[in-house]
Amino acid sequence: MKRNILLWLSLALMVTALYLVFVYVPTEQTMGIVYKIFYLMVPMGWLSLLSFLIVFVGSILYLVKRESKWDILAHSSAEAGIIFTTLALLTGAIWAKPVWGVWWAWEPRLTSTLILWLLYLAYFMVRSLATEESRGATFAAVVGIVGFIDLPIIVLATTLWRGMHPEPIIFQGGLAPSMLVTLLISITAFTVLYFLLLIQRVSMKSDEAEVKRLKIMLS
Amino acid sequence: MRFWHKVIAITWKDALSGMRTKEIIFSVLVFTLLVIVIFNFAFGTSQEMMELVAPGILWVTFAFAGVLSLNRSFIPEKEQDCLEGLMACPASREVIYVGKMLGSLLFMLIIEVIALLIFAFLFNLPVFSPQIITITVLTTIGFVAVGTLFSALAVNTKAREMVLPILFLPIVAPIIISAIKASELALSGEPWSGLSSWLQIIGAFDVIFLIVSFLIFAFVIEE
Repeated sequence: MKRNILLWLSLALMVTALYLVFVYVPTEQTMGIVYKIFYLMVPMGWLSLLSFLIVFVGSILYLVKRESKWDILAHSSAEAGIIFTTLALLTGAIWAKPVWGVWWAWEPRLTSTLILWLLYLAYFMVRSLATEESRGATFAAVVGIVGFIDLPIIVLATTLWRGMHPEPIIFQGGLAPSMLVTLLISITAFTVLYFLLLIQRVSMKSDEAEVKRLKIMLS
Repeated sequence: MRFWHKVIAITWKDALSGMRTKEIIFSVLVFTLLVIVIFNFAFGTSQEMMELVAPGILWVTFAFAGVLSLNRSFIPEKEQDCLEGLMACPASREVIYVGKMLGSLLFMLIIEVIALLIFAFLFNLPVFSPQIITITVLTTIGFVAVGTLFSALAVNTKAREMVLPILFLPIVAPIIISAIKASELALSGEPWSGLSSWLQIIGAFDVIFLIVSFLIFAFVIEE
């Protein structure tokens, strides 16, 4: 029931966002039509961070409470997160090509997103390379915690490293109201989608664990 | 007091076994020399070019040497089943972490001093300045703070040697960037004030990850 509401809400918001992006919002003057990918790129970047926050919280709770539901939450969020991070990198590169003339410019935010993506990869690799499943969960939790704490330092270092920094105009009122509304609706639409995917994945993983438990009981 | 007594016992054990076997320190040194020589082939020999790329070469060398030596921190323990012995000792997991961390720190600093000597000799650069030494010591503390945690984690996985660099390198990326930038400034004669923001990042990383690793190390090695 809860999932159905989320599903329809996400669909409605998604269609609204599409309408706003392609019909309602005016095209940006200097960058032209390319600019519209901005409304996809920002939600992706935001969700790559939100997913990692949930991974972090889930990981801490798993290490403290040792209940597998927290590991399931962290793992599911990481799965959604790596998809959003990949999309953030791809949309970032597509945006950079016409604007800067290159696919990849070692821009601070792109660079930190790349390192974040590598952290997600590490998270999955320790899990699959661990000798036992419970151990993999613990190791992944350690990576989730250390990686999240590292994020601000990564952002700080990459920002200081590359002087060229597109000013954070979004929060300084530099964005036209119509653009801000479009951006916020788009962010909300994808955030609802993220929670839908997360709930879906968590319930699937819990079922898997339950089936496994029953199998062991039977054999 | 008891805490440090036990810590030093573990560090001393590592130092002793390192000195007795010699093979690890020797192979890491040869590896370091080879990396420096290979980079020289890649970038040519002109002095101006060297001043430009030297900080990068230095820190890639140290990062690789770090991965090699940190891997050796726990693999021998696992191979001889010494880790079980160590954990059966009347010492807390935190003691084991600090002891192993200091052992690795000592080991890496020795490697780095010799690498810097090779550097000064081959590239004719003033690398033995107080600035470069400070950067090296601070960054190495960051390396071993997370490296010891991940080394203990990696040794319990299927692909031991492969797991450490995959975890270690993205996490230490910010301090590698900072160390390279700070060394670059130091080599071009910048005063301390010019380096401060980079040194602050490295210092903050060290403090944060010494605490975090100290707190979660127990989860990594528990059986």
